[in-house]
Amino acid sequence: MKGSVIKYARDNIDTDVILPGPYLKIHDYNELAKHAMEGIDKDFHKKVKPGDFIVAGKNFGCGSSREHAPIALSYSGVKAVLALSFARIFYRNAVDGAFLLPIEIEESTYNDISEGDQLEIETSKNEIRNVTKNTIYKIKPFPELIGKIIAAGGLFNYKP
Amino acid sequence: MLNITEKILARASGKTKVSPDDVIFANVDKVMVHDVSGPGVIAVFEKLKKTGMKIEKLWAPEKVWVAEDHFVPAADKISAQNVVLLTQFTKEYGIEKHFKYGMGQYGICHTLSHEEAMVLPGEVYVGGDSHTNTTGALGAFAAGLGHTDVAYVLLNGKIWFKVPETIYFKLNGKLPDYVMAKDLILKIIGDIGTDGGAYKTMQFGGSGISEMSVEERLTLTNMTTEAGAKSGIIEPDQKLRDYLAQRGATNYSEVRGDPDAQYEKIYEYEASELDPIVAKPFSPENVTVARELSSISLDKAYIGSCTGAKLEDLRAVAKILKGRKVKIRTEVLPAAISIFRKAMDEGLLKIFMDAGAMVGPPTCGACCGAHMGVLAKDEVCISTTNRNFPGRMGHVESKTYLASPLVAAASAITGKITDPRDIK
Repeated sequence: MKGSVIKYARDNIDTDVILPGPYLKIHDYNELAKHAMEGIDKDFHKKVKPGDFIVAGKNFGCGSSREHAPIALSYSGVKAVLALSFARIFYRNAVDGAFLLPIEIEESTYNDISEGDQLEIETSKNEIRNVTKNTIYKIKPFPELIGKIIAAGGLFNYKP
Repeated sequence: MLNITEKILARASGKTKVSPDDVIFANVDKVMVHDVSGPGVIAVFEKLKKTGMKIEKLWAPEKVWVAEDHFVPAADKISAQNVVLLTQFTKEYGIEKHFKYGMGQYGICHTLSHEEAMVLPGEVYVGGDSHTNTTGALGAFAAGLGHTDVAYVLLNGKIWFKVPETIYFKLNGKLPDYVMAKDLILKIIGDIGTDGGAYKTMQFGGSGISEMSVEERLTLTNMTTEAGAKSGIIEPDQKLRDYLAQRGATNYSEVRGDPDAQYEKIYEYEASELDPIVAKPFSPENVTVARELSSISLDKAYIGSCTGAKLEDLRAVAKILKGRKVKIRTEVLPAAISIFRKAMDEGLLKIFMDAGAMVGPPTCGACCGAHMGVLAKDEVCISTTNRNFPGRMGHVESKTYLASPLVAAASAITGKITDPRDIK
């Protein structure tokens, strides 16, 4: 996966800012995408491009169980969120629904990546290449079951 | 040497023993969807059908129940349509337990889970809502899931979990007058942070929990979600059995932890040292004692939600409002019709209205900033709800302070954040 970075250098980016409550009634995925990150960045919908990655701090996606959150990001074109850590329901929604990859990164990686950097993510090699900065970051492999669900293309395609 | 959560998950996955970090597929006993997650699940079903999958029936319609809570009374045309969709869904798949707005008992899903004894001790319960953790106070494993996962459970009757570590919170002694379970859980979240329980179970016990009513215990487990926990749980005791028996539930298989059960960490709190606590904007972990915020002027007091509008919460509010007048806009929304009715029979609603407060129907509306009383830019609210993220209850520049029903009521009287012990 190749794409450029939209960075929010903060912790606890919650589902109320990723997809605000008033839009919970919407179940048209493309319509949801128009409101992604609205609580924190009104221009997100205009600036995001297909293949982009979001980089953020710890506890990304905390708050509600709304699957609208990973859906809105996914249908905006976001292929992966790189964060110091993830809230549990956001993480499993992203994986089980095959919306995007939640990738945990180290503090040093988080500090090194800047807004607009071009990244290449190769999960098979457990690494991220920062093309802009000509650096390689190691990432931890996904836990076994998570890796299998991702490889299958979501929970419904996974055969236990 | 297993704790209650490990024992429930072992039983549900057909094993004699599970340990933290084991990944299991657990058989599910009960599933809940509401008017947000229900249409979300329907959308997942539609997506699956487009890939050629045949969906004709659910794994066990009798184990599924449905609530209408987030956007009722219908906030607009889309939300009205969502309730229509939900009704079609329950009909099509033969789900009989659908609590409908305007047709007798209905209310916030988590409140119904205990008011109607929809979930029983020892069960594995999943719901399409993050505050599903609430129901763990009934001695069940209760966890929130997204739409895809709930759809998977509806069709397969099981779902994967990583067995969580358990953090044990021990409360020594009975909470003092004017200090509520809400104060304790805000204190705990302040101590461990909004990711302090992430991926874990938060279990509560000790003499203070034994002294505590079932409704107050539900406030604790409800807000484990705000610490990022997978679930919150309290072991069954006679108080719980009595509570469930009053609701017609006597047939269940209780689970308790072994005497030498393992916990990742144990925190101890002395009840006598606790004060009324408030969480400042914009995070439930941003806590301080109520008395330190006495200069904060308010525009509104909100008494509602699964966290803070149970019958005992309303009784606490009435204790303060009786014979007094509110100084700011004050809204009281009982969390279910059964509670609304009891509050009416006990004369609580009259006390609220005599004080000048508005009484409204059960809904999640304003708690999640959707409708039925959202906040304007720069408005400041004290609320018995569970979250105060930016924009949570309305405009992204509005401010919500989270507090107990007693603190919210005392603040409604003075117009400023007020410790209920300071109301004369």
